[in-house]
Amino acid sequence: MRFVDEYRDPVAAGRLLGVIEDLTGDDHFKFMEVCGGHTHTIYRHGIEHVLPDGVELVHGPGCPVCVIPMGRIDDAIAVAETPGLIFTSFGDMMRVPGGNGTLLEAKARGADVRMVYSPLDALRIAVENPERKVVFFAIGFETTAPSTALTLLRARDDGITNFSVFCNHVTIVPPIKAILESPDLRLDGFLGPGHVSTVVGNRPYRFVADTYGKPLVTAGFEPLDILQAVAMLLAQIRQGRCEIENQYTRVVRDEGNPRALEVLAEVFELRPYFEWRGLGFIAQSALKLRAEFAPWDAELHHEVPGVRVADPKACQCGEVLKGVIKPWECKVFGTACTPETPIGTCMVSSEGACAAYYNFGRLHREVAVSMGRRGA
Amino acid sequence: MCLGIPGQIVELAGGHEHLAKVEVAGVRRNINIGLLEDEPLEEGDWVLIHVGFAMSKIDEVEAVRAMEGLALMGQAYEDEVQAVAESRIR
Repeated sequence: MRFVDEYRDPVAAGRLLGVIEDLTGDDHFKFMEVCGGHTHTIYRHGIEHVLPDGVELVHGPGCPVCVIPMGRIDDAIAVAETPGLIFTSFGDMMRVPGGNGTLLEAKARGADVRMVYSPLDALRIAVENPERKVVFFAIGFETTAPSTALTLLRARDDGITNFSVFCNHVTIVPPIKAILESPDLRLDGFLGPGHVSTVVGNRPYRFVADTYGKPLVTAGFEPLDILQAVAMLLAQIRQGRCEIENQYTRVVRDEGNPRALEVLAEVFELRPYFEWRGLGFIAQSALKLRAEFAPWDAELHHEVPGVRVADPKACQCGEVLKGVIKPWECKVFGTACTPETPIGTCMVSSEGACAAYYNFGRLHREVAVSMGRRGA
Repeated sequence: MCLGIPGQIVELAGGHEHLAKVEVAGVRRNINIGLLEDEPLEEGDWVLIHVGFAMSKIDEVEAVRAMEGLALMGQAYEDEVQAVAESRIR
């Protein structure tokens, strides 16, 4: 149990692992962690190797950078290359390759692409450059969408008209549903996303238990949180219960953040459909600006190619995002595709399963294999 | 981007911009607290910050735990702190 020593409280970790082992017995359970932050924690701390062989964690689609399809990157680059325009983006998105290279490469070709920490930094750049158009590349689940919404409300209230948003916000429930409908994967339950749930609460997940008969436990980001959530899932199954539970009560409330939900509803509406990398087109799975915010909607003011671009043949991000294969099972993992020269999105973001595994997981796996514990 | 980073409120600005000055990993920056309107915030309170917005109020114990957890993440944490330090929200 080498890895347990790295945990904050090795005694508590050991106790939880004992509970997990007892509950697992000789059976095999497969749980999906929806959130990329969880994936990072799991690989960073080698959690999959301290769990008994009967508990398998598979990684889900909850990495916002990873799920953006290549065509949308090309659209972003097309907007960014508009003469005189300032294009702003979170740092992660700048290295994601589309069919036409990355935003960083567009910057090297002369486009004015700037990394920002917050949509409010993009708005400030617009205020400081009133003679130029400034576009913000908005991505993320409900964790970041309320921030974009408040930024748009401020732009409207302050009459800032040279600012607009290229909106790629997505919502968490439709991909979970798509995975539950997928014939590729048999799951026994979910670790629910922590930070998304601070906004949406736990109620939107009820269908997972009610319609699909799978338990879900919203979990925090510490190794102990993950272990406790796994124990809670197993306890439900052993007791014949199937419920939506909250392990991360110190941050997540069942009702979420009502003010955040209110501003989301005020600014955004659902798109009829949106393409997800790996999952294809999913109905009502993404957000667009409401008609009242048309003056700030970059898609209405800039020509975008809007072309669907297939992933490179060698890239298996789609299967990684659906939990069908593990990162190391991808043909180009660690050879043609590395964090320095990523082919697919999962290798770009620190929350991507491939990058997390490349940076941390494979070392744990080598040690685990050498100790005779579960490897693949 | 999805890393929530804890910050301690050092100054509430008021006004329609809903700004507050917070100390995050040793730097003082403005963030927006508009999403916590329903929650009375005071100087000294801790919040979990995503992309320049306070998303939830947390207690000091949770803030310390989250910070220690983040520090273990290495490069991803350093990138986040760097991004916060370059932010100039007004």
